[in-house]
Amino acid sequence: MLETVLQGILLGGLYTLFALGQSLMFGVMRLTNTAQGDFIILGAFAVIAGTTLFGDAPLLISLAVLPIAFAFGYALQRYVLNGTLGKDPLPSLVVTFGLSIVIQNLLLEVFSADPRSIETGGLNTQGLRIGESLSLGVLPLIVLAIALAATGALQWLFAHTALGRSFRAVSDDREIAELMGLDAKKVYALATAIAFVLIAVAGALQGMRTTVSPSDGPLLLLFAFEAVIIGGMGSFWGTLAGAMILGITQQIGFRFDPGWGIWIGHLVFLLVLVLRPQGLFPKTR
Amino acid sequence: MTALLEARGLKAFYGDAQALFGVDFSLSQGELVAVIGSNGAGKSTLLKCLTGLVRAPREAVHFKGEAIGGLPPGEIVKRGLAMVPEGRRLFASLSVEENLLIGGLAGRKGPWNLDRLYALFPILAQKRHDPGTALSGGQQQMVALGRALMSNPEVLLCDELSLGLAPIVIREIYAAMPDITREGMTVVIVEQDVTMAQRVSQRIYCLQEGRVSLQGRSDALTREQITQAYFGL
Repeated sequence: MLETVLQGILLGGLYTLFALGQSLMFGVMRLTNTAQGDFIILGAFAVIAGTTLFGDAPLLISLAVLPIAFAFGYALQRYVLNGTLGKDPLPSLVVTFGLSIVIQNLLLEVFSADPRSIETGGLNTQGLRIGESLSLGVLPLIVLAIALAATGALQWLFAHTALGRSFRAVSDDREIAELMGLDAKKVYALATAIAFVLIAVAGALQGMRTTVSPSDGPLLLLFAFEAVIIGGMGSFWGTLAGAMILGITQQIGFRFDPGWGIWIGHLVFLLVLVLRPQGLFPKTR
Repeated sequence: MTALLEARGLKAFYGDAQALFGVDFSLSQGELVAVIGSNGAGKSTLLKCLTGLVRAPREAVHFKGEAIGGLPPGEIVKRGLAMVPEGRRLFASLSVEENLLIGGLAGRKGPWNLDRLYALFPILAQKRHDPGTALSGGQQQMVALGRALMSNPEVLLCDELSLGLAPIVIREIYAAMPDITREGMTVVIVEQDVTMAQRVSQRIYCLQEGRVSLQGRSDALTREQITQAYFGL
């Protein structure tokens, strides 16, 4: 049982990275990015393309992708998504859904439907032996450490910096924030830029951990969405907790039957949605 | 005297509904002007047009000779106009001090900073780390006023400072006005309490159904004139 819980926590680390960008964008702009999973896959394929073009240096190429992701997220929000924001959530849902279809087809066209992965020189198969019978993967441990660091960094950014204050102010009351001299469109673009750095990190790590194919995005979106809903929208620690609960639940399901893991995760998500629709740990910052 | 802030034939709309019908309004440096009128007269709309929250034609609003109508609110606050909105509208997830710091984002230099605000409203210094919305109504109004002052404006526009506050708290808020206007700041107050408006202001504009129904020196207007203009009797 201990191993199942530990494996669940490690899986939760990955789901945290899938979900943090979603949580950030929803928290600041009330925007649900339905292309979240496809952007994660796009990030993985960006690193795969980089290693194909520039040689086997996955870590360096992953780091090089981060500023590109930042610029891409900034431009996407500034010139596309800002135009969809308003009282009606439908335009942003439709536009990001459209982007999801475009990305999937673009990746299919360029990379074909074949699953691919990022070569890590055996890092994804290395294990850390703990005691007699327990072994934990090194890469999942790294993913968990990055997830914890990213959650802590986001929470610190929001709580202790001028940029974080601006994020919270435009989220609370955009009109009054603009009256104070904040350019809400620029603040939104910065939020999305940071979200896309997290998306790129998630994509690179997903590509290192397992194979990715152009049609994987919707399932990753589902996991991200479930983690955010279980944890409570707009709370980063809540997102982390939601992702952990999802990961542990899925691992318990897998223990009973390999086919049960995913749907038991969905079941927990539905239960939370019915019993506590605001999530277990809603926005507290 | 040249007007510091001026509206000329200002018209404003909410969708198809017209809220202002050619309002002329002017303000000189250092004045304290009150805008009075019943609910729906267009007082708040006038302030929103002056600060860019409601779109106005470019030439309909001039500040220091420059046409500023329709500019984004962020551009207008950088030029020196700040507003205390109706209902305070503090940022719920920000502490008292964070609310005040957001007010300073316009980056204008001037006498108002955290220390000076805490000297004006000492209670805010004690509650600086509390959530802004956890304060009493009067204390929230002090934060809203302080947040606007942090931008070091030349013109301070206050929308319904006394709304929902007890008389003793209203007096406490207005007692801060001399400190605010001492260094030549120009102030506009939108107020439903006519007695208070007449007492603290030098000039009064009365709006009725989106039009100026009366204007003049506060000490020269009679109660009957104001009542007639206020209610359209």
